[in-house]
Amino acid sequence: MSSFFQWKIFLQDTGGGQTYLQWLISAWGWTLAVSFCSWAIAIIVGVFIGIIRTLPNKFLLFIGNTWTEVFRNIPLIIQIFIWYHVIPSIFLSLRQVPPFILVVIALGFFTSARISELVKAGMESLSKGQLQAGLALGLTRSQTYRYILLPLAFRIIIPPLTSESMNIIKNSSVAFAVSISELTMFALQAGEETSRNIEIFFATTFLYFVSAFAVNRLALYIENRLKLPGAIGGAR
Amino acid sequence: MIEIKNVSKWYGDFQVLNDCTSSINKGEVVVVCGPSGSGKSTLIKTVNALETIQKGEIIVNGTSLTDPATNLSKLRSTVGMVFQNFELFPHLNVTENLILAQMKVLNRTQNEALSRGLKMLERVGLKDHKNKFPGQLSGGQQQRVAIARALSMDPIIMLFDEPTSALDPEMVGEVLDVIVKLAKEGMTMMCVTHEMGFAKNVSHRVIFMDEGKIVEDTKTDEFFGDLGARTPRAKDFLSKIIRH
Repeated sequence: MSSFFQWKIFLQDTGGGQTYLQWLISAWGWTLAVSFCSWAIAIIVGVFIGIIRTLPNKFLLFIGNTWTEVFRNIPLIIQIFIWYHVIPSIFLSLRQVPPFILVVIALGFFTSARISELVKAGMESLSKGQLQAGLALGLTRSQTYRYILLPLAFRIIIPPLTSESMNIIKNSSVAFAVSISELTMFALQAGEETSRNIEIFFATTFLYFVSAFAVNRLALYIENRLKLPGAIGGAR
Repeated sequence: MIEIKNVSKWYGDFQVLNDCTSSINKGEVVVVCGPSGSGKSTLIKTVNALETIQKGEIIVNGTSLTDPATNLSKLRSTVGMVFQNFELFPHLNVTENLILAQMKVLNRTQNEALSRGLKMLERVGLKDHKNKFPGQLSGGQQQRVAIARALSMDPIIMLFDEPTSALDPEMVGEVLDVIVKLAKEGMTMMCVTHEMGFAKNVSHRVIFMDEGKIVEDTKTDEFFGDLGARTPRAKDFLSKIIRH
């Protein structure tokens, strides 16, 4: 075993004043930072776009549909390259923007298109009577959305929203393409430097798995907390 | 109190309401009946503008619904509505269902809303269920909560859209009892229903609809009393109902 797995490699100095373990941890930090920031953008933009796609306004509907189709139908890595290479050469002022921000925007917008689909589907799964009941009580449409329809739709879409949140951690690996020093970048570079791909990729894979799994457990906890008494599978 | 003047509505090419005219006075109980697809539910939903109309005018308590300057939300808060499928908010418990609109629309404090809501809950006989969620109540109980929710807003009129159609036969009675009590207390109401016994005993007037038209708008005694004087369509409808 000891000849197959040489974990001591992680205590070795990279030549840059830190061990591979320290590099691994910092790379994990970058992965989590990219994921979390993208996720925040994806949720805010995705929920907003999803909502305007359910309103009786043709212009907003067009904007929402276009947004969703554009960001959903282009491969993620191409979108990242566009943000990194194409857009700064059109808008020169964007050259100063750090790649981290560009990656977060790219991954955030890409995921927002998918979240907007979830929000729209969740809203459409509610009966039209709920909207009518809210309006009939004198609530405005935005009050009805805020207090009734969105809380109900949110409960319905927690499971697929969880998948998207896990996907964002996994998709953050494409950030290595624009030189963000995250886990995948670490795995490729450290693997090359040390020639210990087994240990390096084992550790990297493990950290991806742990991160996504933690998100999954957290979402499961939230889902259980929000279950409605009397609903199918709900609390009693 | 409510005036419906020459109202027409189309879904695409299909005309659902055809030149409907009627009115409802304060304290009056009006039953709307007719075969499925005759436009009853659509008509009642036009009265609080849940359904828009393309032609004609509806005036509720002096305010025209077709006037673009009308604040529809404000107007709807004065018109109580009870739906066929109850439409309680499933993520809120009974109390929260009762106080939400009172606080957000009428700007009542939580205490005011609570005391009003619980009073109405007592009126429908469900005070002990105030902390339950809609999913934990029977259909009849849910519908009674929905009535209490509408009453908490102190409406000037109540609209009932087939309030007992989705209920088990055993539960129809408990809901009708509540509605009858309201009617006896002088609440103005418009009720779409197939419960002809209820129509006969409680209502003052019957509106009979067919194919989007108001075919008859008659005093209840006449409607059920003198079958010979009915239009052929109403006669056919009544004879089928009375036979069973």
